[in-house]
Amino acid sequence: MVEWMSIPEVKERIESTSSQEVTASYLETIGKSKINGFVTLWGGAIPRAGDIDKKGHDGVLAGVPIAIKDNISTKGIQTTCGSKILEGYVPPYNAHVIERLINAGAVILGKTNMDEFAMGTSTESSYAGPTLNPWDLDRVPGGSSGGSAAVVAAGEAPISLGSDTGGSVRCPAAFCGVVGLKPTYGGISRYGLISYANSLEQIGPLATNVSDIAILMDVVGGYDPRDSTSIKNEAVHQDALVDDVSGLKVGVPDEYFSEGIDPGVERSVWDAIHKFEDMGATWEKVSMPHTRYALSAYYIIAMSEASSNLARFDGTRYGFNAQGDNWHVMASRTRASGFGEEVKRRILLGTYALSAGYHDKYYLKALKVRTLVKQDFEKALARTDVLMAPTMPTPAFKIGEKIEDPLSLYLADVNTVPINLAGVPSISVPCGSADGLPVGLQIIGGHYDESTIIRAAYSFEQNTGHHTKRPEGVA
Amino acid sequence: MITKEEVEHIGWLARIEIDELEADIYTTQLNSVLDYFGQLDEIDTDDVPPTYHVVDVVNVFREDVVVESLSQDEVLENTEHKQEGYFKAPSIS
Repeated sequence: MVEWMSIPEVKERIESTSSQEVTASYLETIGKSKINGFVTLWGGAIPRAGDIDKKGHDGVLAGVPIAIKDNISTKGIQTTCGSKILEGYVPPYNAHVIERLINAGAVILGKTNMDEFAMGTSTESSYAGPTLNPWDLDRVPGGSSGGSAAVVAAGEAPISLGSDTGGSVRCPAAFCGVVGLKPTYGGISRYGLISYANSLEQIGPLATNVSDIAILMDVVGGYDPRDSTSIKNEAVHQDALVDDVSGLKVGVPDEYFSEGIDPGVERSVWDAIHKFEDMGATWEKVSMPHTRYALSAYYIIAMSEASSNLARFDGTRYGFNAQGDNWHVMASRTRASGFGEEVKRRILLGTYALSAGYHDKYYLKALKVRTLVKQDFEKALARTDVLMAPTMPTPAFKIGEKIEDPLSLYLADVNTVPINLAGVPSISVPCGSADGLPVGLQIIGGHYDESTIIRAAYSFEQNTGHHTKRPEGVA
Repeated sequence: MITKEEVEHIGWLARIEIDELEADIYTTQLNSVLDYFGQLDEIDTDDVPPTYHVVDVVNVFREDVVVESLSQDEVLENTEHKQEGYFKAPSIS
């Protein structure tokens, strides 16, 4: 039987039974899965849970199972980024977040499916095949952390980690009806996260409720000297779990409700904003005029960085490799058959955008537009405490609907990418449904101000029941 | 407009082998995306500085001290192509 438990509920269950029993019960649910959310299950999970049972349950996450996106390095557990080119790669070290989780006593269940190298909005481009949305198996779970969101929504793990380069935690959180946070850039160390677009991406937690997000942030967040972009932020996220938004000033950017928005999404998000008003907040419209340019700037920067970051996959040191008479031929063939179509398109476009004669037209231009987008946020957040908008302009779309047309898939990211360009934190929380599918409300804050968005999200959750809705018949 | 020849050239720069048929497909797809990117030409950015990094962290230094790191064996355990503690690759040309 599927159960959806919060971290405190899991810990209670562990006390009355054992971590081994709880872990086994999640593995049993995973065994009946219809959604293909995991790409690798860790054979060591049950023994690890047994060790924790023996030692006593004295960590913040002692014995609590967690699912990890497949682009986060896990020592001894295959890590593929959903790509054939990393087939068989077993990292010899742990990412910073994994070290933190292990120290807190967490039990890793396995690695979750994702768009290849986190490049996508639908988790369809994985070498392991698509993950299905637990609310409707004909639909995508969103992406690129589709596996991490779907397994939490389906009760296959209580919590998970994803990564968010242009919406990759928030989009699947919205499509699957769970909570997902993208922290301020630098809030969680990227040490051991396999890079796609390093100036944009952050690891982020997913859970069924805001309290669990705060607990996870307090475990995995914070300064790490091994990531030179890591920031020193001493805030305790759980201190923000306060049901009080009186006097909170909410900005509503018109540009995030542009043409193409689904009427059901628009209605749910406005209902949520009016709910905040009932709870004592005030709202006003704000204008963020460069929003319409954010998508182009985002994709140029992300692809340029990808073309550099993915140069390391050349068949020499790890993963899949093809034959060739010399290094260039070997590497070119390895990359031709090891990477999927979308990854190759992005590397080619990024290489082009950085190449002689085009650098200023594309890459430098995009960096300048990034400044304008960032200034939009600074201006809007100077007058207000948080911004609210739909996370995604539509509910989950059908599998196969957009995958053949790269540009149409890129356009789905219109409300999430500006946040990564600006580096501000944003949380997506369930706020209703459209045609029976979950809708996500995005709450955006200023740099380092996770506390305010967590407080707003927590208050919303305490006064509504959207986050308690569960998909039926998932296992 | 990106030409088929340019697509083949960036394929070489990116070390991704592209056959004739793929070059045609990529040329069409890349042009559709580049057309969209062309919207950025609408904005005047002459006086706008570029943003390379979003949070104001500059020059992160640390003491130059030796710390424990992975052993050569651990680093080499993911490949069959190794010799005397080194990675082994085909000759460059």
